[in-house]
Amino acid sequence: MKYFPQTPEDIRAMLERIGVQNLDDLFAEIPEELKLKGELQIPHAQTEMEVRRTIGAMAAENRPLCCFAGGGVYDRYVPSMVGYLCQRSEFSTSYTPYQAEISQGTLQYIFEYQTMMARLTGMDVSNASMYDGATATAEAMMMCVASAKGKRHRVVVSQTLFPEVLDVVRTYADYHGVTLCEVGPDAHGLTCREAINAALAAADVAGVIVPLTNRYGLIEDLTGLADACHAAGALLAINSVASHLALLKSPGEWGADIACGDAQSLGIDMGCGGPYIGYLCTTNALVRKMPGRLVGQTVDAAGNRCFVLTLQAREQHIRREKATSNICTAQGIMCLHVAIYLALMGQAGLAETEQTAADGAHCLCQRLAALPCFEQAFPESAFLNEFTLCYTGCRPLADVMADMADRGFLAGIASADGTMLTLAVTEQRTPDEVDALVKAFAEVCQAGCGTNQ
Amino acid sequence: MNNTYYGKLIFELSKEGRRGYSLPANPWAAHHTPIPAHLQRTTPAALPEADEQTVARHYTNMSNNNFGVDTGFYPLGSCTMKYNPKINEEVAALPGFTQPHPAAGDANLQGALRLYYETGRILSELTGLAEFTINPYAGAHGELTGLMVIRAYHRSRGDVQRTKIIVPDSAHGTNPASAAVAGLKIVQVKSTPEGTVDLDSLRSVLGPDIAGMMMTNPNTLGIFETHIPEIARMVHECGGLMYYDGANFNPILGVCRPGDMGFDVMHINLHKTFSTPHGGGGPGSGPVGVRSGLEQFLPNPRVLRRDDGTFTMAECPEALGRISSWLGNFGIIVRAYAYLLTLGREHVGQVGRLAVLGANYIKECLKDCYKLPIDGLCKHEFVFDGLRPEYGGEHSDPAHVTTLDVAKRLLDFGFHAPTIYFPLLFHESLMIEPTETESKETLDTFIATLRQIAEEAKTDPDMVKAAPHHTPIRRPDDVLAVKAGKFVYQPEA
Repeated sequence: MKYFPQTPEDIRAMLERIGVQNLDDLFAEIPEELKLKGELQIPHAQTEMEVRRTIGAMAAENRPLCCFAGGGVYDRYVPSMVGYLCQRSEFSTSYTPYQAEISQGTLQYIFEYQTMMARLTGMDVSNASMYDGATATAEAMMMCVASAKGKRHRVVVSQTLFPEVLDVVRTYADYHGVTLCEVGPDAHGLTCREAINAALAAADVAGVIVPLTNRYGLIEDLTGLADACHAAGALLAINSVASHLALLKSPGEWGADIACGDAQSLGIDMGCGGPYIGYLCTTNALVRKMPGRLVGQTVDAAGNRCFVLTLQAREQHIRREKATSNICTAQGIMCLHVAIYLALMGQAGLAETEQTAADGAHCLCQRLAALPCFEQAFPESAFLNEFTLCYTGCRPLADVMADMADRGFLAGIASADGTMLTLAVTEQRTPDEVDALVKAFAEVCQAGCGTNQ
Repeated sequence: MNNTYYGKLIFELSKEGRRGYSLPANPWAAHHTPIPAHLQRTTPAALPEADEQTVARHYTNMSNNNFGVDTGFYPLGSCTMKYNPKINEEVAALPGFTQPHPAAGDANLQGALRLYYETGRILSELTGLAEFTINPYAGAHGELTGLMVIRAYHRSRGDVQRTKIIVPDSAHGTNPASAAVAGLKIVQVKSTPEGTVDLDSLRSVLGPDIAGMMMTNPNTLGIFETHIPEIARMVHECGGLMYYDGANFNPILGVCRPGDMGFDVMHINLHKTFSTPHGGGGPGSGPVGVRSGLEQFLPNPRVLRRDDGTFTMAECPEALGRISSWLGNFGIIVRAYAYLLTLGREHVGQVGRLAVLGANYIKECLKDCYKLPIDGLCKHEFVFDGLRPEYGGEHSDPAHVTTLDVAKRLLDFGFHAPTIYFPLLFHESLMIEPTETESKETLDTFIATLRQIAEEAKTDPDMVKAAPHHTPIRRPDDVLAVKAGKFVYQPEA
């Protein structure tokens, strides 16, 4: 076995030094009835060639589709530099950088990531990553409650968050003992502000969580929201798709106390769902309530600048049940993906990418809405690179989507009730692909209509 | 050999007008729809501007300041820093896995769902538990999910007063922290002088308010809790469930199974036992397994096999809810599956045995220099309580050479430090776990180095206390880091 370096002679010598006869003697104290008898029924060992073949066949079972789906996960181009540098095993095979003297590489890229995310979100400080955008938002919710020091247990949350994010927030709230007050959308697909204001009238609201771009792709207008929250003694947490912040007014500019969300859109493959990276940024005032690891700048014994994990008194390995969160291992090296991506793109490249995507989305929206089976769901609300259509065709939308997949398209994300379709465009989509998608929709939506009814 | 220019922060290498990207001309410019002015960003984010080669050199130079498993030995207790196989990286990078959107739907993700399902089946057989979710993103996330399963089970029976969870005082810090996030109160039970759970202490806290008990076995002292069947029986009789913290699963892999010991729920760290890289703090993966009768509480979405042999991502009504956006850190699951196939039934039984061999070997070769508070066979890891008094380790002497000093001196010799000051049962804990992937020569060199450091502590303690001397930086000022509060880059004034 190529991962076990011990020769029979090594094993014999080591056993002798320990003073036992054989390997099983090392487990002598374990009660016999607990020990495994016979062989475990798992697959037979495979050689490297066989592993490649077996798993390669599984990878080939996934269908390659031209992606017009979004919902918080976007088919963005990842420059070759990102994967190339992130594969360096000095980075990838290292542990959490507790030993700063031999971990400056990790600590420095996290410090750079923190700085970039703070600047992008317009906040003072970023932590060293959360698992994903959904759990980052759930942590933001718990942070709101923790900051209220036991006096406030209610969090107001907009139902226009991506459905997966909302579901995770609900789960954490349920078990953590947070009372959620859910606010639905108005007729324009945006968080209902009257409902938020009404909810803020309760005395025990610890925080309000709203998205910047929502589940329908729409840009929320958050004018005056931070003031309303703060006047009611609540914190404001804004969930956003990180790349959208290239163009949109940032959480910091809106006056948020916490910015959270997913940064998959910054140099990370869609990868069947992960690994991605959640981010959580906040103000200097709240940094001691922040969950997760944090890197700070200091000097070493020789007076040179260096970086260390800091404010560890917030964390589980010191504070145990009184920690700000249970999180320890988060998404480490995904910070490096984001840092390299942003270093290459800069604000200009990021804005150009997002603008191309947004313009493509507006073009596609217009063309699809011109088809008889679609109309724009919220024509009066602004959107960026994602939009929602009402489906009015005669065939079930699920059938339409299956036919579109047969033609090579993941043609958006259909609502569970089959009445709405949300599509996203990224800088990777070409005019030819958009033409082909529109043509395919026209044919597929039409197919069978009028003959079967 | 490092270049000091490229080793600066990326912000200091930035120059206005440089670019590291190339984009096609916007083909949709004719459809440009301006964002309403009041929704637009007003201040551009001050991101760096750099060309490709600058970025390449910058991060390559930084990597030279890092130590990884590929650099050298990582005797890090409770972290199971084993070798990270390279074939795992290659198969995880197959476009068939990296490209699909997670909402592509069952019909388009059959390969991914099959791999997820098969991984779960293997984990079930290795642990003796009926079914797994691999949605949790890390060990602590798995703990949280597992505790939610326990609460969902009690709730389903209307047994809502069970709000307390028992945690031994030797437990990993994540145990009480996860319990707090899950809304459970912690009841701590003491350890005996032998380092195992004190049954009398346990008996005294059992009652109708107990939701369950979290344990790891072998425990954080590397000691197998031989009373585990009795402990499980006691907790079950009082109506609680047993939770197994899989951080220490490696030494019993292929030897015995948590399910057979009486555990009902457990998590595994794929980034420990199943060889996926730690990535400097993630991404990990924390699959959660449950015994039969609890599977309906596992989080959504669940990956199920249909009668026709195809796979589906299902939403189950009794589930505890959703704890991740999609199917967890899927790319990490691919790596672990590749490792599991490589091990196979032929080699899986050697993992725990060789890991335990290495740990006992180091312990026996060093216990005359380092204080071993609990003697006897250990499992995957063991704990020294600092240097022995005759080697400068007398705790009552304020000038004694500490565990921190020993750990820092090890760095000078190209070894990572062991886990230090954990578990909290001793003042100078130095916790060593070698894993099965280290050769006898590596262990012998490590042992010789620790013996040399013990001698140095006796003859030249000041040198040891000033260590490390040969690392990219010297000891950092942690107090200044807190006081200065510099968490983002700011140009020097």
